Amino acid sequence: MSSSSPNNPGDSNGAARDAAAPLDKPPGRGKLKVFLGYAAGVGKTYTMLHEAQERRRVGADVVVGYFEPHGRLDTIAQLEGMEVIPRRRIEYRGTVFEEMDVDAILARQPQVAVVDEFPHTNVPGCQRTKRWEDVLVLLDAGIDVLTTMNVQHLESLNDQVHQITGIRVRETVPDWVVQQAAEVVMVDLTPRALLNRLERGVVYKADKARQAKENFFKESTLVALRELALRQTAYEVEQRHGVEGSAAPGTATAAQTANRTETLLVYLTADPSAAALIRRAKRAADYFHAECWAVAVSRGLGLEGVAPEHREALEKHLNFARNLHLETRLLEGPDPAVELVRFAHDRGVTQIYLGREHDGRWSFSAGHDFIKQVVRLARDVEVTIVAERKSAPPG
Amino acid sequence: MEMPVSAPRPSPDELLRRVQAEEEYERRGRLKIFLGYASGVGKSFRMFDEGRRRHERGQDVVIGAIQPMTPPELAELLRKLELIPLQSSGGVPYMDVEAILTRRPQVCLVDGLAYDNPPGRPNAHRWQDVEQLLRAGIAVITSVNLQYVAELRSEVERLQGKHVSVTVPESFLHTANEIEIVDAPAEYCMQQAAGGVPVPLPELERRLSQLREMALLLTADVVDQQLEDCMERQGAGQAFGAQERILVCMTPKANATRMMERARLARDRFHGELFVVHVSQPDLDGEDRAALERNLDLARHEGASIRMLEGADPVAAILQFAHEHRITQIYVGHSPARGWWSRFRKTAADRLIEAAEGIDVKLIPQ
Repeated sequence: MSSSSPNNPGDSNGAARDAAAPLDKPPGRGKLKVFLGYAAGVGKTYTMLHEAQERRRVGADVVVGYFEPHGRLDTIAQLEGMEVIPRRRIEYRGTVFEEMDVDAILARQPQVAVVDEFPHTNVPGCQRTKRWEDVLVLLDAGIDVLTTMNVQHLESLNDQVHQITGIRVRETVPDWVVQQAAEVVMVDLTPRALLNRLERGVVYKADKARQAKENFFKESTLVALRELALRQTAYEVEQRHGVEGSAAPGTATAAQTANRTETLLVYLTADPSAAALIRRAKRAADYFHAECWAVAVSRGLGLEGVAPEHREALEKHLNFARNLHLETRLLEGPDPAVELVRFAHDRGVTQIYLGREHDGRWSFSAGHDFIKQVVRLARDVEVTIVAERKSAPPG
Repeated sequence: MEMPVSAPRPSPDELLRRVQAEEEYERRGRLKIFLGYASGVGKSFRMFDEGRRRHERGQDVVIGAIQPMTPPELAELLRKLELIPLQSSGGVPYMDVEAILTRRPQVCLVDGLAYDNPPGRPNAHRWQDVEQLLRAGIAVITSVNLQYVAELRSEVERLQGKHVSVTVPESFLHTANEIEIVDAPAEYCMQQAAGGVPVPLPELERRLSQLREMALLLTADVVDQQLEDCMERQGAGQAFGAQERILVCMTPKANATRMMERARLARDRFHGELFVVHVSQPDLDGEDRAALERNLDLARHEGASIRMLEGADPVAAILQFAHEHRITQIYVGHSPARGWWSRFRKTAADRLIEAAEGIDVKLIPQ
């Protein structure tokens, strides 16, 4: 990255405006800006620090809350003159880890904090599990935050990313958290340029670079992730600035369809495919600006009525849905399909999302009888059967 | 994580075609485009900085075209590179293609792709000059502002409130080996733009954001083409995509209005692609054929790509098409109460659900 260029050389005006009169900032709350990339080495941290320097130049009070140098000299050079808040040292199982010191930043009360690696998971013993939770605390305290993340860490893309890369990303950020950002900016670099950087040892040291290239850093993988990042950034722009869909703008029918309210309903079971089902439905709901419910059905009273071997998994799935900001309900009744569809009709649901497997039974026919029953009962409600996305790493 | 990929063995013709495509691809100069959605995002800086880096790495780089106004932060960069001066005819500047071809650099930097040449030049447009350099095996790095992309002109003019005269065809952007977007929030460009357009700031920000979204999606489309090429060069394997691709299965009896309305909504919301297929049925009577034609007209009206599929097994034909086109959602109609034929169809829908590996199936009530 020694030769990386600043992303926005003409940005001093924008930075000045930021420091002087922030746009759309609810009084008291800090503004979050996310620098979004698609792989290590595209220049996210560099671009973020470059902007931090610009803001300093026009008089903003900027501190570095957390910064991961990765040994990249050009990025480290961007730190020049910046106040860095010392990290907090935490001992866990005999090893010392360093994490962002949220309390120290709060005590220092800067205007802007630079916080690298938004999706990071804190070591046990920290007050909060995730760095993005730490960032929310800083924002609540009125501090603007600049942060970085790669698109593959976005929760709703987890299955697509798994399909593309063969890797199941564990450190994810829920979409509603990213939606809180005032701006999401794409840090772009072509895969070829990225592979050149990798080759020249800019991104990783030689042996790690070779390993990375054989796995994650394949051209087709990078191209697909980059497309995901571009489309995600376009979506984030559309969300923030009320941009209409680009197809047939202004036509009466387009406006009518856009205004129709959609409500989605996901049927949850103990089956492991439920997580992917929840992500898929929630993503669709976000794109349709729709409400999204997640329901499970107990044959008895509450979770007691769920078969003991399924109880824990079902509870986990309901929690997962709540964490992604879906409304959840545990319905009760002897026939799940009947309860599900009754709920759908009561709530004006327009789309029901089902997985292919149900009640932990992997047999297709069992799941399929359930699907048929729901489709028959649902009458005018659309039913979507969500497929599992198996990983298909490129050859 | 290396996994065996089972691709069918290509035929000799297919192999020859691939080798020729590969050779053609290797001979031609590479085209890299820096795309911005407005002036002030820093396209030219990024382009010249890349030229500077390549020069420092030992590549033979020249500047073929610069724009009339050079911001101060560019001046220093420009001093480090060899410049082939613009010529002019009747006061209109043009790139000295002949001099560049004689000089034969490895890389030529062309700032401002959308200029028109003066009358009397062999090429009317600068992008055609660039095409000539590429054919001669010279790599070109260039910058372009979204507002000069021909196909987007009317939309851009509506947003910018100013007339755009010079243009680059979007198809030319799609030939780029690499395209890089220079992204920044709208606020970065507002001060410059505010000079030309007398609109209130929130409105200006909204318009610029719309241009920004268009630039991101255009880049995504070019990148998607690259993804397809990439998978093609690797010889199939398993296809995957980053975009929603919707496939509607159309029949004469389908409630095409509802299906197309739903599919269009999804296409617009996801900025996806929309395909409509019909698997030919030999025993259609005149009434059915007319109904099918009406349904396909509706699909055409929505801008869908329409394909007629052949195959004794409709489900197999649909799924093969779906996998070849990286479809992510299949829309099928279903009507539980319509006699033996719908029972047959229901079976088809059942089989589709069963066999649609990795593809969602949406059942649209009729």
